[in-house]
Amino acid sequence: MIVLNGQDSDVRPGETVAAVLARLGLQADARGVAVAVDGQVVPRAGWDSFALPEHACVEVLTAMQGG
Amino acid sequence: MRETVSTASSVSHNGADASSDAQADRLTIAGRTLHSRLLLGTGGFPSLELMADAIAASGSELVTVALRRVDPSARGSLVDVLADAGVQLLPNTAGCHTARDAVLTARLAREAFDTDWIKLEVIGDEHTLLPDAPELLRAAEELVDDGFVVLPYTTDDPVLARRLADIGCAAVMPLGSPIGSGMGIRNPYNIALIRDAVQVPVVLDAGVGTASDAALAMELGCDAVMAASAISRAQDPVRMARAMRAAVEAGRLAHRAGRIPRRLYATPSTPNEGLPDFG
Repeated sequence: MIVLNGQDSDVRPGETVAAVLARLGLQADARGVAVAVDGQVVPRAGWDSFALPEHACVEVLTAMQGG
Repeated sequence: MRETVSTASSVSHNGADASSDAQADRLTIAGRTLHSRLLLGTGGFPSLELMADAIAASGSELVTVALRRVDPSARGSLVDVLADAGVQLLPNTAGCHTARDAVLTARLAREAFDTDWIKLEVIGDEHTLLPDAPELLRAAEELVDDGFVVLPYTTDDPVLARRLADIGCAAVMPLGSPIGSGMGIRNPYNIALIRDAVQVPVVLDAGVGTASDAALAMELGCDAVMAASAISRAQDPVRMARAMRAAVEAGRLAHRAGRIPRRLYATPSTPNEGLPDFG
């Protein structure tokens, strides 16, 4: 099971970060988006190639009003 | 009709040319020159439209944003609105309680917003939202080493401020009072001590409730003021943004002008010389 933004998801191991972003309705060139997998930043350049391991914990973040 | 007399000579004393005087007094943080000494937080605005209007009214060029999970149902893009406003983003690490989380959040913010500027917040207590000093220092050190321009939200402790500056932070952001409390500057003497203790810009952060708080911060020698809730949660945020802008400018001018010393007794402003004796 892959956890996406704190929720169990039907994302399969081996899917790329880019595929997960597409599920959230985000383009690969989306402004103001960052991704962490298991507590590590996945740089934008790696979104197409980074395949999610089993039990991955994925955080997809964006700008929110604050501070 | 009388001849018009040029009044130029009457305004030619030091600092009288307001626009060139203001130009000579620009704030520079990490090599970037800012025309406004007011930093704006984006939290708490009831709508993006009101936020955009308040930013315009404030004149601020540097505004904070937080990083949170994508909400696919969210309406409007904060990033697009801020890009249209032409401001520089200052991402924060709000909500982080450890150096580890703050450092990771900063790296994600760099990825998301393409900036290495970070307003570093590491919170040590849920109720007061006061900074956790040891975690803050640890995170600041790691981020400075990683090439970030670090602006740490810190307590009003001059020693901690000096330590943060020594580490290589680009500015220090001491609190006036707890975040969102609107209690103003609880220890103005410490803020003045911080201004003396560090070479980097001092940005009064947190606690500003109304315009006079911002003016006081500038009069104490702060280089800038950061306001969020004071503007966004005011009954009329756009009007309060204008008030803060004027207060920051007035406080800065007053600081540079040099106030008179406080005295317990009166000093006559009218000379006694030439006073008539009416018997």
